[in-house]
Amino acid sequence: MIGIVALVLGVLLGLWLDPAVPAWVQPYLPIAVVAALDAVFGGVRARLDGIFDAKVFVVSFVSNVVVAALIVLLGDELGVGAQLSTAVVVVLGIRIFGNAAAIRRHMFGA
Amino acid sequence: MRRHLPTALIALLCLALGLAIATQVRRTNAGDTLADQRPQDLVVLLDGLQQREAVLRREIADADAALSRLQASGDSTAAALAEAQRRADALAVLAGTVPAAGPGLEIEVTDPQHGIAPADLLDAVQELRAAGAEAIEVGAVRVGVDSAFTGSTGAVQLDATKLAAPLTVLAIGDPPTMAAALNIPGGVVDTVERAGGTVRITQRDRVDITALRTIRTPQYARPAG
Repeated sequence: MIGIVALVLGVLLGLWLDPAVPAWVQPYLPIAVVAALDAVFGGVRARLDGIFDAKVFVVSFVSNVVVAALIVLLGDELGVGAQLSTAVVVVLGIRIFGNAAAIRRHMFGA
Repeated sequence: MRRHLPTALIALLCLALGLAIATQVRRTNAGDTLADQRPQDLVVLLDGLQQREAVLRREIADADAALSRLQASGDSTAAALAEAQRRADALAVLAGTVPAAGPGLEIEVTDPQHGIAPADLLDAVQELRAAGAEAIEVGAVRVGVDSAFTGSTGAVQLDATKLAAPLTVLAIGDPPTMAAALNIPGGVVDTVERAGGTVRITQRDRVDITALRTIRTPQYARPAG
């Protein structure tokens, strides 16, 4: 519950403050957002499964974001940044879909 | 305190996520997509633009060259075009494909005894041409280079159109010259009067010839040489 409230608060804060993004973060922000969304969906699913653990959530959230950003960074250094970020988005998208399906089964029983 | 720490962290992370989402959405909507692109992509983009620029510059150079070439030939072309137009107009009047107007004669021929032969009208046209007529209309038919009088005495046809008396002949040319040509002794007027008809010649400052001929495409003759 607190998570959802904080999420909405963050969106409102972002719309209100319109913070400037440092140039070196700009390529990684979209990937980081998608990775964090994956972690959040995983957390919601775990909560519905009754196996939610705050520590696991925090660690998975942070590591997801860091690993996704690192992969894209590595891709940029290797000259395949665009392709690798596509790959990351695809993989994370599949996981988000899987988690969303599990959540749907919990909530609607279908 | 230890129990509240993970909850606070979760809230913090979710807050950060919401912030990031809002910021990213706002940045994407701002439309400054070039700022987000990787250097490699930008290099590819720039390369494409440079190639396009080179192509366009070549096109400009080609078009400039064509322009100066056409301008150089434009003057002589215009003169040639005007000359060609003038000749086309003259030929159209002679061929009978356009209406003509100018000083000339209006000749009314009556033939109550049906005694006028095709040769008499041919003589009339020949006399008019010899006197410099430039456009001739007999009845409702424009006389052209391929005109022919056919039929028999009293029932003359011109280009397969029956000519009914009284007949009006219009001719554009110098009126006194043409009138004199028709009136010479033994000429057209004499012949018609001997056949029992009358000829009335009126000199006019303006005669309008509106009958037209259609151009025939030659079937056998081809330009040679």
